[in-house]
Amino acid sequence: MDKIVKMTALVAPMDRANVDTDAIIPKQFLKSIKRTGFGPNLFDEWRYEDVGQPDSDNSNRPLRKDFVLNQSRYQGAKVLLARENFGCGSSREHAPWALKDYGFDVVIAPSFADIFFNNCFKNGIMPLVLDEAIVDGLFQAVFAQEGYVLTVDLESQKIIKPSGEEIPFEIDAFRRHCLLNGLDDIGLTLGHQSDIKAYEAKRRQEAPWLFSDA
Amino acid sequence: MSAKTLYDKLWDAHLVREEEDGTALIYIDRQLLHEVTSPQAFEGLRMAGRKPWRIDTNLATPDHNVPTTDLTGGIASIKDPVSRIQVETLGMNAREFGITEFAMGDIRQGIVHVVGPEEGATLPGMTVVCGDSHTATHGAVGALAHGIGTSEVEHVLATQCLIQKKMKNMLICVEGQLQKGVTPKDVVLAIIGKIGTAGGNGHAIEFGGQVFRDMSIEGRLTVCNMAIEAGARVGLVAVDEKTIEYVQGRPYSPKGDDWDRAVTAWMDLKSDADAHFDKVVELDGSVIEPQVSWGTSPEMVLDVNGVVPDPAKESDAVKADGIQRALDYMGLKPNTAIKDIPAEYVFIGSCTNSRIEDFRAAAQVLKGRKIANSVELALAVPGSGLVKQQAEAEGLDKIFIEAGFEWRNPGCSMCLAMNADKLPAGKHCASTSNRNFEGRQGAGGRTHLVSPEMAAAAAVAGHFVDVRDYLQGGE
Repeated sequence: MDKIVKMTALVAPMDRANVDTDAIIPKQFLKSIKRTGFGPNLFDEWRYEDVGQPDSDNSNRPLRKDFVLNQSRYQGAKVLLARENFGCGSSREHAPWALKDYGFDVVIAPSFADIFFNNCFKNGIMPLVLDEAIVDGLFQAVFAQEGYVLTVDLESQKIIKPSGEEIPFEIDAFRRHCLLNGLDDIGLTLGHQSDIKAYEAKRRQEAPWLFSDA
Repeated sequence: MSAKTLYDKLWDAHLVREEEDGTALIYIDRQLLHEVTSPQAFEGLRMAGRKPWRIDTNLATPDHNVPTTDLTGGIASIKDPVSRIQVETLGMNAREFGITEFAMGDIRQGIVHVVGPEEGATLPGMTVVCGDSHTATHGAVGALAHGIGTSEVEHVLATQCLIQKKMKNMLICVEGQLQKGVTPKDVVLAIIGKIGTAGGNGHAIEFGGQVFRDMSIEGRLTVCNMAIEAGARVGLVAVDEKTIEYVQGRPYSPKGDDWDRAVTAWMDLKSDADAHFDKVVELDGSVIEPQVSWGTSPEMVLDVNGVVPDPAKESDAVKADGIQRALDYMGLKPNTAIKDIPAEYVFIGSCTNSRIEDFRAAAQVLKGRKIANSVELALAVPGSGLVKQQAEAEGLDKIFIEAGFEWRNPGCSMCLAMNADKLPAGKHCASTSNRNFEGRQGAGGRTHLVSPEMAAAAAVAGHFVDVRDYLQGGE
């Protein structure tokens, strides 16, 4: 997994609450057996005039001009600014895969749905929770100023505005460590094999019915 | 030792290790696998040269992509080549890694969240995971069940553990007695209407109170299934005599001495009397009415006698904008009566409401009646081959067919329309599924979430109605 340390990037606003993972990546694209290639279908129903299919040539499809990510001023954005409960609904990891494939490395919102939040960290996306009032202020700034960028510094846990003003953010230590070092969860957990085996030995005594070879 | 909630007990019993910051490894007793969220996990294992930690804890069945029409050709009967590859890939992975699969054509095949409890593959006191947010369902038998992403599916395959931080405890207490015609689906929709789709974020919800004590296990499965629609990954109901009776004698349930030991352990799977909950929500069950969702989020739900909201009356700008967006998508005007909304499509199925009690309840409404001429398609899709077989043994299939329904084969079907069962754009559907998101049942489709009884009554009337008028004999 790529390391994330510090980045400065254009911000795109997704100004609606409860954006669900069905909207982020509609079901017809979940039929892929790969992890990549979902970017062109990110927000497919909001982004295109027609209904996309897995075999559609996306470069030829009619775009909805009023959809925010289709506006020229937001091309190249790597930070998505969102409203409350972003990523609710289905557990599909295709949602962070699509966001990442499109180019987003950071999503900022007042709150996230739990499963989506977890899935982001597994894919090198930083979901950052900020106070609703601060998020509101960022929306106003993004709308007011074309080319609005934010610097996200994971090392010092700060977002830095163009004015130099800093917004600290919370992130749990383990997840920060994994993102900073591009670590693989499975490798880390397998480092605790002896603990897992010790648990199994104890559990097998307490609840033998859970071990069908017991 | 201090008093514990049911969630605390399940968590403690599965804790392998915990770091100083609270990041923990918890042991997983059962992983259910389906074709949509597992291929990349198996691919990851292969690429890293890893093997599953404990093969016997995994159970696979295809459900999202399977056709509900003619299945005599097996996998070859899937016309969409991309869907077919996904179902084939599940089979190949199961064979390669030695995992049991209930494949297409097996009577036990069905929706993972119907199959698990039906087989006794999800038991009280277990930790259960699946790459599917509706895994919360299994909490109905006192299991700690999490919906997870594909990276976590791979992690559980490789390590038998899940990296977690402990959630907070939330109790939703519904006391009193439900009115006739008010179902578990109405209870959970009313709860979501009250606390909102983010109300349970970060929490494990335990459903307590007389309403859930009185409820059948299948009803509890319906309620826990939709915990995720209230934002909670985990829904739970305490183990009682009903749970034990439900679990006994199922293929994967313990037998002999193991059974006796298990029952003794399971009877402790309830919150201690003075356990602490971080959040408590109380509802009066006796005033809950049949529910119908009107908008594009499960929290946009009303009593059947209600009228859809008017954004002009909402002071919060983000909320007013959300209401307007939902009205536009649903093709509804502010203040429209729920009963004036047509039901052009009807879908009885999904992991929420596709068990035998659901079909019995809907059949009671449909018996001796016909669906309205204005209904373009009414689908009944059992949750598993065994549910279908049982329903047919009881003659329920004939009641559905005589009323004008299509009686289909098991799968997720029109809940999310990954197979051929799609809700056309602009059509309103009375659906027993769990999500009314934009495009969920088909691009542009308009979903209204209801109970099986309410869906059956809407099918007969051609628009939403109060099922209680139908249960009392009159129309």
